[in-house]
Amino acid sequence: MSLPATPPQTIGPFFHMGLDVPGTERLVPVEHSAAIRIEGRVLDGAGDPVSDALIEVWDAQGGRFGRCATDTDGRYHFLTVKPSGRSTRATPTEAPHLNVSVFARGLLDRLVTRIYFPDEEAANAADPVLSMIADPLARATLVARSEAGRLHFDIHLQGDHETVFFSL
Amino acid sequence: MKQATTSDVIPLTDDRPPYLYPPYRSTVLRAPTRPLIALPHRFSELTGPVFGDGQIGPLDHDLTRQHAGAPLGERIIVTGRVLDSDGRPVRNTLVEVWQTNAAGRYAHRMDQHPAPLDPNFTGAGRCLTDDNGRYRFVTIKPGAYPWKNHPNAWRPAHIHFSVFGSAFLHRLVTQMYFPGDPLFAHDPIYQSIPTAAGRERLVAAFDLTVTEPEWALGYRWDIVLRGPSATPMED
Repeated sequence: MSLPATPPQTIGPFFHMGLDVPGTERLVPVEHSAAIRIEGRVLDGAGDPVSDALIEVWDAQGGRFGRCATDTDGRYHFLTVKPSGRSTRATPTEAPHLNVSVFARGLLDRLVTRIYFPDEEAANAADPVLSMIADPLARATLVARSEAGRLHFDIHLQGDHETVFFSL
Repeated sequence: MKQATTSDVIPLTDDRPPYLYPPYRSTVLRAPTRPLIALPHRFSELTGPVFGDGQIGPLDHDLTRQHAGAPLGERIIVTGRVLDSDGRPVRNTLVEVWQTNAAGRYAHRMDQHPAPLDPNFTGAGRCLTDDNGRYRFVTIKPGAYPWKNHPNAWRPAHIHFSVFGSAFLHRLVTQMYFPGDPLFAHDPIYQSIPTAAGRERLVAAFDLTVTEPEWALGYRWDIVLRGPSATPMED
């Protein structure tokens, strides 16, 4: 038996009243010794900030989940630790990554992407998901930039730097 | 700057809406223009976040009892089951809802609709599904409201739903509608779903067995998540 799925609809502009729980952008406590800050902006096809997006991240290896709504400049941030890579008999080695869902007014379904880490060049080069992306510029949209002790990851919904999105 | 055009619509295999649906204006600058890359379902996609009971308050499922007084409007019960694609109940998963008050106004600072706020209604709730995958909310029927998508645009009454399921793949954010709403034909968000069968799956059924005499009308709405439930994976 395979039941047809319930279709998605946009999260709309007012999701904060139901979903924006303060503190959920911290996947680890502030005092965690390996805590890293990942921050970025969500931008639309005109380069304007998307101020009503909700970003969720899922670290499958660490079992950590976080959620952050963008502010008026389209900014979001998370505090987390770099996930460990994972190798199982069922799946070849994947480089450390965070799984990302993007919800927003104007998105009729969520967008799915991944955040990879810039100091994992060898693992990223061998990653089976990154390897599916032929264009190196497109592949680079999934790797965060290191900036002054923080990681920066912008999400471009459209445009020359359009982020690679996945269908599940 | 590259703008999306109708030829960029990304075809999807089921009843999901396309990202680009120009009648819903906000999709035009937000829909991705490049083809999505099909992601095989690996560990990341087959596991998902689990929320504990500790985060749910005892009255979080009852939107009519979150303030000193009773909210205005038509009291309703909304209940149903969360199922995976195999029809199995998804247990102990977080269901979050938000909605307007009876007058069609969100208790949100960005909502400018000149309809009255209700001091006894916030319009947000959550609960965990039980062992049969069942959720249940007590609330008031939300109102229709105008929006600026096109001239004389009105959203049909709806309740926003967010469901986690047991896998990243399951994650669903959608809207539940009420049967027989005359605004369906005029709402591009509802109409973005390409099939009649898909659209109908977002409409709750009035149910006299859920209805409580002298108290509240009952609506039943089941939610089916994409894909089967995760089976434990071996390290």
